Amino acid sequence: MKVSGLLENKEFKCLNPQVGIEGVIKSGYVGDLLSWVMANAGNGCAWVTIQTHVNIIAVATLLEMTCVIIPEGAEVEESTLERAIIEDIPILTTGLNAYEVCKILGNAGI
Amino acid sequence: MSYELVFDVERGDFDTAGEASRKIKRTLQQLGISNKVIRKVSIAGYEGEMNLAIHSAGGKIILEVGEEELVLTIEDTGPGIANIDLAMTAGWSTAGDEVRQMGFGAGMGLPNMKNNADNFQISSKIGEGTKIVMKFLV
Repeated sequence: MKVSGLLENKEFKCLNPQVGIEGVIKSGYVGDLLSWVMANAGNGCAWVTIQTHVNIIAVATLLEMTCVIIPEGAEVEESTLERAIIEDIPILTTGLNAYEVCKILGNAGI
Repeated sequence: MSYELVFDVERGDFDTAGEASRKIKRTLQQLGISNKVIRKVSIAGYEGEMNLAIHSAGGKIILEVGEEELVLTIEDTGPGIANIDLAMTAGWSTAGDEVRQMGFGAGMGLPNMKNNADNFQISSKIGEGTKIVMKFLV
């Protein structure tokens, strides 16, 4: 599934629509401890995290993630969005919680 | 060594932390290093960079690119680690609450570096600083 496909679900909104959204989501990962995520998340994943500061973009870029999904309506810092635009990482936000996001990803075959 | 890059990292600089690791990654991509090795160097480099921002009085990251190996050196000017064995234990950290709330300080930085490097050496002296040398076979 592509990021654009996920965005067809109205529960999700892309906060930086100027970036490419045709990246393929190969897997999913949930975690808020950045070192743990660095050690274990795969490339091409959709990463669900409640962390919203600019370092999530460094992690997403270094691991070549496809997108970052911020659950439960958490607000994302402007500096994070600016960096995400530079690095071409889509930031999605949703009112759903991490488990509900994973159910949707799982049902989509990810 | 045929190529060397040096980056300065300041204490508390979380907003630009990750910049050195990103530049290192791009350089390695341009040099045609395999994705597997780039991932290892990226993880180890980012952990080192964050450690400098969180714990050190400031320091440097040095990447040396050779024919058969990459050498990543992380060195700082203090405060030094009192007990290296303890610091290498997964889950042990001296990071404060503010840093932990950002998702750092899980006590995994040094173990992550060691796990990703083909050779890992750490030395430290209180009041002088810490030096980590990691080698990656290409």
